Amino acid sequence: MPRALRIDSRDNVAVLLEDVKAGDLVEVVGQEVRDYVTAVQEIKQGHKIALVDIPKGSYVYKYGEPIGIATRDIKRGEHVHVHNLDSVRGKVMNV
Amino acid sequence: MKKEFLGYERPKGAPGVRNYVLIIPTVICSLGVATTTRRVLDQLGESRGMVRVLNNPFGCGQVGEDLEQTTRTLINTALNPNVYGAVVVSLGCESVDAERVAREIGTEKPVELVRVQDYGYGKSIERIKESVKRMVKEASKLQRRSFDVSELTIGLECGGSDWTSGLVSNPLVGRVSDMLIEAGGSSIISEVPEFIGAEHLYAKRAVNDKVRGDVMNAVRWYEEWLKREAKVDFRGAQPSPGNIAGGITTIEEKSLGAIKKSGTAPVKGVLKFAERIRDKGHYLMITPGYDVESVSGMVAGGAQLVLFTTGRGTPTGHVIAPVIKITANRDTCKVMNDFIDFCAADVLEGKRSIDQAANDLYELMINIANGKLTKAEELGQEDFGIFRIGPTF
Repeated sequence: MPRALRIDSRDNVAVLLEDVKAGDLVEVVGQEVRDYVTAVQEIKQGHKIALVDIPKGSYVYKYGEPIGIATRDIKRGEHVHVHNLDSVRGKVMNV
Repeated sequence: MKKEFLGYERPKGAPGVRNYVLIIPTVICSLGVATTTRRVLDQLGESRGMVRVLNNPFGCGQVGEDLEQTTRTLINTALNPNVYGAVVVSLGCESVDAERVAREIGTEKPVELVRVQDYGYGKSIERIKESVKRMVKEASKLQRRSFDVSELTIGLECGGSDWTSGLVSNPLVGRVSDMLIEAGGSSIISEVPEFIGAEHLYAKRAVNDKVRGDVMNAVRWYEEWLKREAKVDFRGAQPSPGNIAGGITTIEEKSLGAIKKSGTAPVKGVLKFAERIRDKGHYLMITPGYDVESVSGMVAGGAQLVLFTTGRGTPTGHVIAPVIKITANRDTCKVMNDFIDFCAADVLEGKRSIDQAANDLYELMINIANGKLTKAEELGQEDFGIFRIGPTF
């Protein structure tokens, strides 16, 4: 079974340790809690999968810290990357 | 864990792990004379593999802090323990004060100065050649002897990062940094833009409030400068296209993985670009994430070797310091084996513990300090860069 690594218990994403296809059941490792999530789409090794629903405007957490804001509603099992996750610090507010 | 290495003693300061005679053009205009002289020496068999040229693309049309930074980089690269002595090659009219560069290098090691405008092309080459030959002859007499590892300063670098960097290779480098710090040695981390989003975690380890403030100010200064000058979002530079393809989405995510290189040691201070480390311990240096410049800053700061993690793979090294290339990406280990020194993909695959890998990497580091060549050295990578902080006139 493909696995994804959850680095910190506060994280709402995990890092895929191998490529997955839509429908694959993924075992989430790294914390004591046993978790499984179904990938709803194809996601590449090393990319992030959502462990819970993440509403638009809320923080994505990895390493136990915020890494940015969801720019769309994200569903559990979705690929989390540049299309739905934006940096907070790396954005330039155009006046 | 080895507590000693074999190095070259210097009249002042720490021992070197290499023994170079360095030709330093103080301005791009005299770079051609420098490289031609080196080529002539190589062809005549007079270099003995010990001659290097600083590939300086700057040195004029600069003022203020920016000019001072370029000048400091040239001087302090020459003062790195891996350098026996230097021949400074000036054009004669440049912004950089070549006499000062030679004078400051001369407080610690052999130095000569040649001004191209005093002699013309051919006679300048002759004079540089004779000075370099003399230094090569003297430097060749030096033998390595045993030193304590507390005399080592290592640079900690990442380039071409991907999802494996924050998970394995950066924490691995952090372990080795901690091992060296505990043995009384020193380490420098840099790449300030890659602290954005993680700086609060690093600042907590500052030895006092002043250093804590310096860390936060360094990140704030750099972030505001980037926003003012770039005028667009950071994505594309931080993270880079390769970072993004490799799974890193935002600068915060990249930074949280990048700071793992620093291990857990207390932060003793913040250094300007190319500023020399004074006391032992772990420091932050203000450099860009731009690889060749960040490595060059840390080497000018006194790092005799650099531990460089990569995910996507990059062959760069440094002209006078061994750069040890580490990756935990299995594909990179396979395809780019000819410039990877240490593959930690088996740690990610659960086949080797990170503790064992840290011991193995530490051992490789000592072997390289003792004279084993890195792949970047075997490939002839003589990278050098200077961080500019001002306009060009």
